[in-house]
Amino acid sequence: MNTASPAAVPVTPQTFKSDTKPIWCPGCGDYSVLSSLTKAFAMLELRPENVVVVSGIGCSSRIPAYTSCYGFHGVHGRALPAATGLKVARPDLTVIAAGGDGDGYSIGGNHFLHACRRNVDLTYIVMDNHVYGMTKGQPSPTTEPDWDSKLSPGGTGLRTFHPLVIALAAGANFVARAFSGDPNGTARIIADAIRNPGFSFVEVLSPCVTLRPEQREWKTQVHAAPVGTTDDPARAARRIMTDDGFNIGVLYAGNRRPYPAVVQKGTRRVEDLETEFVL
Amino acid sequence: MKARKTQRPSVRRKLPAARSPGDNARPAPQSTAKGGEESEFLARAWAMEVEAVERYSILADAMEEHNNPEVTELFRKLARIEQLHADGIVEHNQSLRPQETMAAGKLPWDQSEGQETADPGDLHYRMQPYHALQMALAGEQRAEQFFMKMARTARSASVRKIALEMAAEETEHVRLIEDWISRTPRPAEDWAYDPDPPASGE
Repeated sequence: MNTASPAAVPVTPQTFKSDTKPIWCPGCGDYSVLSSLTKAFAMLELRPENVVVVSGIGCSSRIPAYTSCYGFHGVHGRALPAATGLKVARPDLTVIAAGGDGDGYSIGGNHFLHACRRNVDLTYIVMDNHVYGMTKGQPSPTTEPDWDSKLSPGGTGLRTFHPLVIALAAGANFVARAFSGDPNGTARIIADAIRNPGFSFVEVLSPCVTLRPEQREWKTQVHAAPVGTTDDPARAARRIMTDDGFNIGVLYAGNRRPYPAVVQKGTRRVEDLETEFVL
Repeated sequence: MKARKTQRPSVRRKLPAARSPGDNARPAPQSTAKGGEESEFLARAWAMEVEAVERYSILADAMEEHNNPEVTELFRKLARIEQLHADGIVEHNQSLRPQETMAAGKLPWDQSEGQETADPGDLHYRMQPYHALQMALAGEQRAEQFFMKMARTARSASVRKIALEMAAEETEHVRLIEDWISRTPRPAEDWAYDPDPPASGE
């Protein structure tokens, strides 16, 4: 995490917003996640030039364009490899990977596992709406098995993916669940995630009011986690496995040493490396 | 509506710059220092208005992107009104430095959001001005309740006094919005019907 120098102009959430207006559907939870992200950056007194937001493909993956930070809108499911490489090469930057449940848990599922395992010091924010929104409503890994739609008549019948448990089992050093309808609470969780060393995973329940209008009710279902943060993975696993999916808060904050502990400074110039690639 | 709301005398313009003489008669005042609870309260009131401005602006942008010009304009108008309220708090409390009091980027609320901040989850791409005004009304009512609670529970007598004035102003805002709603066409039952809906599952 790289904070502003004391002499710098004070930052506000607005500092981190670009002039590009979001084209998400009215009522989409992702608006609030964007707001939370910029508030978290301001809380931590980061500078836009020291932050990179990396994404894959999907509605929520448009988020880098709406910030004034450096951004990389990459390949479907591949936000984490790009973010990992960037952080290892430039540990001085604050790196955020962001995207949706389809992008992160299906197309990018393998990268998710190994990003948790590698424990590189970055923060991964998944805006989970339990559906592929951009492509008009196919079931995603977190879609309920009995969700009936034209594209999944009678539901898929498939067990849902449990991202928090999987993140914990795979080695993520910080696991939290947030809700887009609580932007300030989400901002605090994101700030905690950025502060915590190693790989931090924040699952944000972010309703898709267009394809899953019933998710408007999430605001009446979410509740603060009844117990505090733990650094005991076994205890955290029990809590997460037995909760109702609507517990909000930092559920696990561990002490694993991030990778790499010491960065080898490169000795070769970019121009030299380019000669090894044939286009 | 805008002219009425912005031109009428504002209670916020009468906010005392310092402790009022009557404070000693109030029960158990524990803090009356301008630099303490009162300035924090005013900074929070200011932040509440600013957060409402930001949210209305975001909602306006969203509706503009989805080609709903009527609601776009209404949200922009609400944002301008809230900005005037925020400016009024600073203009008439010259010693107040809300940004410094709240500190850059620090969140002002213990709870989720400020009382006047509209819930973006209430948006619908086919919503009409009537719906937007209902959102605004709910915000003003929450603000009214907040200031009334502060008027009862604040430790500082000066804060209780200011909160009472602000509650009265929010009550007036509620009345104005209700009047605005009464002059706004009520949507038809099938206002949300879209013959070409975005969701293929419908």
